[in-house]
Amino acid sequence: MGVLDNQFLQLQQLQDESNPDFVAEVVSLFFADSERLLNDLTRALDQPTIDFKMVDSHVHQLKGSSSSIGAERIKNACVAFRNFCEEQNIEGCMSCLQQVKQEYCLVKNKLETLFRMEQQIVAAGGSIPMMELSF
Amino acid sequence: MSPASSSVAVSDQFPAGLRVLVVDDDPTCLRILEKMLRTCLYEVTKCNRAEIALDMLRTNKNGYDIVISDVHMPDMDGFKLLEQVGLEMDLPVIMMSADDSKQVVMKGVTHGACDYLIKPVRIEALKNIWQHVVRKRKNEWKDLEQSGSVEEGDRQPKPSEEADYSSSANEGNWRTSKRRKDEEEEMEERDDTSTLKKPRVVWSVELHQQFVSAVNQLGIDKAVPKKILELMNVPGLTRENVASHLQKYRLYLRRLSGVSPHQGNSFISSHSQEPPYGSLSSLSGLDFQTLAATGQIPAQSLATLQAAGLARSAAKPGLPMSLVDQRNIFSFDNQKLRFGEGQPQHMSSGKQMNLLHGIPTTMDSKQLVNLHHSAQSLGSLSMQASAHGNPSGQSSHLLMQMAQQLFKLLVLCLIISFLCSLYIFFSHPFGVFYCM
Repeated sequence: MGVLDNQFLQLQQLQDESNPDFVAEVVSLFFADSERLLNDLTRALDQPTIDFKMVDSHVHQLKGSSSSIGAERIKNACVAFRNFCEEQNIEGCMSCLQQVKQEYCLVKNKLETLFRMEQQIVAAGGSIPMMELSF
Repeated sequence: MSPASSSVAVSDQFPAGLRVLVVDDDPTCLRILEKMLRTCLYEVTKCNRAEIALDMLRTNKNGYDIVISDVHMPDMDGFKLLEQVGLEMDLPVIMMSADDSKQVVMKGVTHGACDYLIKPVRIEALKNIWQHVVRKRKNEWKDLEQSGSVEEGDRQPKPSEEADYSSSANEGNWRTSKRRKDEEEEMEERDDTSTLKKPRVVWSVELHQQFVSAVNQLGIDKAVPKKILELMNVPGLTRENVASHLQKYRLYLRRLSGVSPHQGNSFISSHSQEPPYGSLSSLSGLDFQTLAATGQIPAQSLATLQAAGLARSAAKPGLPMSLVDQRNIFSFDNQKLRFGEGQPQHMSSGKQMNLLHGIPTTMDSKQLVNLHHSAQSLGSLSMQASAHGNPSGQSSHLLMQMAQQLFKLLVLCLIISFLCSLYIFFSHPFGVFYCM
């Protein structure tokens, strides 16, 4: 399963001369928001009595934003997470949280690498082609 | 053709320049949507809180063409925002969410959303949102075209009636008159999609009462615009007018049934734009629902109720209306309905105004006599019996009890009498058949 799906391509296609850093901007918004959500989730699941409604709402938000930038694996992990929330399965939720965090780190690394490489290419005088990726 | 107004979309390049307000608490999605909408050449305003969005919509009434809102937001439920926008500004609203479960989508439909988008939203989905704006406008103009052409013929011979109609409408309409003016301006600006400028159908007090009684006769679940239209029998009113009014009425009722009647009253009165009639219509709406009838009230009980109503309203001006007050106003509604059905008009426009402000007025003897004649004997007997049973009906507590007893008896009698009179009045041949 790919780390980033077709949605990410859409974002890249939205970038143009008037907004040359659009993708980078959106991605950094995503990172900031996701880290906040993951912290909230960790805290919420650490409570003696877990408020599953709140946990579910956080996960739902994360699902929404990760699907918007195309982070497919995070989104799928969120779906599983929500199921465990509905069942009020604490262990299931804990393991899902771990998985979501892992997927998030993976996406973050990949994207940071991508941006670094792009910057290097541009600095070296080249240009980045718009690829027609097929997923 | 195209007006020189800076705030308006350039009509030649429509849908470019469509003014969109997008509301979402997720900053990532909000930024992406903004960019996508800009790429579609729309004019975008983004907002991450529903309350702020409502403020923006209220202060800049004509500033937006369409609203896109997320379902799950921390400060206000997206559906509540949807309802508010529909009632106050009557703009098309698109809901969106990562949640694609059937219940949520259904909720969007029932609350009046004109579309529901599943996240992640693709730019192709946003390219076509202008259709909702055009569709809404087209429906409004179609209504006006059909009602306007008929009304114009009536307008000349009866100018005074029209003045009464519109004056009571201005006070009693549950949309503001300012908004009417704004919409007329807006219609001027959208010349490319329509060639004629027509006034909106105004839902006055009388018209709304007729509508409500028709709905209650059919039953709120079975009420379809076509049948309501037939029952109302108002010239120039179209099925579309009734349909959109019914939708809004249903939203109103849903909102009120979820909240207690007291809260419902204050909720409606808390709207700065909402005229006093708003509270009146909600209560009489509730009354109509419970009683499902409007009928004649014998003179004596009416007088008692009036006195009780006056005493109550004098004593406790600030409280939400008691049953007695409700019934008092309700009785005036009945009067108006009866007169609306073709009997000689005794209510002047002044009386209409009083009705709207919820203050019980004293009726002149002529009206009392009229009512007395038209009262059913069954009703009057029971009324008198219970009225005489409480001689010291001065204390509000006793009044309340008496009122409640009267209320129950009234329900039974009025239902029977009203149904009989309506059937006979409206469908003569069937009336005969029914009697047999």
